[in-house]
Amino acid sequence: MEKIVLPEIKDLHLIDIYLLNDGYTAAKKAFNQSPDDIIDQVKKSGLKGRGGAAFSAGLKWSFMPKTSSKPKYFCVNGDESEPGSFKDRQIFEFNPHQLIEGILITSFAIGAKVSYVYIRGEYHKWIRLFEKAVADAYQHGFVGESMKEKFGTDFYCDIFIHQGAGAYICGEESSLMNSIEGKRGYPRVKPPFPAQYGLWGCPTTVNNVETITNVPPIISKGWEWFSKIGEPKHPGTILFGMSGHVNKPGVYELPSGTLLTDLIYNYAGGVPGNKKILCVIPGGSSMPPLRGDQIEGVKMDAESLKAVGSAIGTGGVMVMDEDTDLVKVLARIAKFYYHESCGQCTPCREGTGWLLKILNRILRGEGSVNDLDLLISVANNIEGNTICALGDAAAWPVKFMVMRFRDYFEARVKKEVQLPVANKVHSMRNTAFPLSEINN
Amino acid sequence: MAFKFSQENLDKVNEAIKRYPEKQAAVMPALWIAQEQNGWISNEVMHEVATILEISPEDVLGVVTFYTMYHQKPMGKFHLQVCTNVSCMLRGAYELYENVKKNLDIENMQVTTDQKFSLEEVECMGSCGTAPMIAVNEDYYENLSVEKLNKLIEDLKKSA
Repeated sequence: MEKIVLPEIKDLHLIDIYLLNDGYTAAKKAFNQSPDDIIDQVKKSGLKGRGGAAFSAGLKWSFMPKTSSKPKYFCVNGDESEPGSFKDRQIFEFNPHQLIEGILITSFAIGAKVSYVYIRGEYHKWIRLFEKAVADAYQHGFVGESMKEKFGTDFYCDIFIHQGAGAYICGEESSLMNSIEGKRGYPRVKPPFPAQYGLWGCPTTVNNVETITNVPPIISKGWEWFSKIGEPKHPGTILFGMSGHVNKPGVYELPSGTLLTDLIYNYAGGVPGNKKILCVIPGGSSMPPLRGDQIEGVKMDAESLKAVGSAIGTGGVMVMDEDTDLVKVLARIAKFYYHESCGQCTPCREGTGWLLKILNRILRGEGSVNDLDLLISVANNIEGNTICALGDAAAWPVKFMVMRFRDYFEARVKKEVQLPVANKVHSMRNTAFPLSEINN
Repeated sequence: MAFKFSQENLDKVNEAIKRYPEKQAAVMPALWIAQEQNGWISNEVMHEVATILEISPEDVLGVVTFYTMYHQKPMGKFHLQVCTNVSCMLRGAYELYENVKKNLDIENMQVTTDQKFSLEEVECMGSCGTAPMIAVNEDYYENLSVEKLNKLIEDLKKSA
């Protein structure tokens, strides 16, 4: 199977090897066309954002104003903090020049003179590796003012790396921009969207690392070629990050639409001890989990996962075997969002704390059946009521885990609600059990 | 204790300032450089950074307290960061975490009395495919087991 983002070529991270493999020829080809042509080709290729929202990359670029009195900026999102997601670091390590070339082409298409690559603070090693690649590209004249001479165009751009410092929320595009501006990573209210009012109030585009790494092959091999790979509505390959209870965890680059069961059993080597699968989270911890008996025939692409009530997210697949304590897993997920909520919006700031508190109560064996409804109610009150998607990300796993594993969770809670004053009728209200079940 | 950037680091900060159209944007790189020199971000560090970038110390404080990787107190020479998020947890991260606690006799965000080790329970480090893992300062140690971890800590204890 053809690999687009992480080709199996030894030492491809070295600029000389990259050049031997037609490196930087896509950029040259792109600079001989008009920016509108490039946007059009990427739009037609059907390339979707790989950062979680699966939004059309070409369409996003077309939102950038054609003429602007202000400078334009381009940001590459390498914050990669979604639990279960560890793909971008592979690009920084094994194919950084294709990313750089993608940045050059995108900057040209949207008219940005400066781009910032935002890399999470914990990735010291990968920041150093990518810094080296950028320095090499500068030295060879592929980036910066010497581009004019190298490519024989009027266009040139600079690439800078911005190191994060440990905040999940900075993977959200407006928060990422605030972080680059030297502020707390608070998401901004949209509209205005980044294309109108982004970095320092200037038109800005933010794309994921994997998305941009897909751009050079689209330009060199043509959009028709790309649009035919995998599922037509979400074409190309996806870097699937397999983790949890699988024999061979790791990143697998496969066409979109690959069967989830294929991923788990063929590529990731199945579940240790041949245990049954209890639960799978298909796209990083914020996406709705699927039951183990629900995964047969599920294809891994945005449309197919939507149809079964989940989402592709970042393609980070977490597999849990039948012995997993789901309450513990969900409590850990809730703890994560409680820790990472930026604190701007009340529903998220307070709600994530409530979710964690209730789940910990269930974990201690003190939960009642009322708590399950309370969890869903709190989650519903967070979802859609916050500035950014972190609220949804915190609500979805809780809501869908409790809904889809209702039997599992009911077995873990007391059937009766403990009230200071014993009142059987009231204690049974708002629960899944009908009043007729009361014995006496 | 007053804080001043060394000349070499001051050059680095000035280099960082040039990357952005506004000085304030260099606050995160400047804090990283300061933390490397000072070990942690003290009030004096924040004042110095604020003076150089011509912003208020409160702006700097806001950034320092928002991002978890800026230490607001001195940490150990080896800062152990154990990821306990789901992918690592499924592969035994909590055993590692409890083991470090027992081995070094410290709790989360505490420092050993000899200032050599500190411990932090961290969120996903992007090492899910090589779980469980810990990071020692800037370096990742992946695919760990309790035995491997204990060996690592023993090696660190012996070094320096």
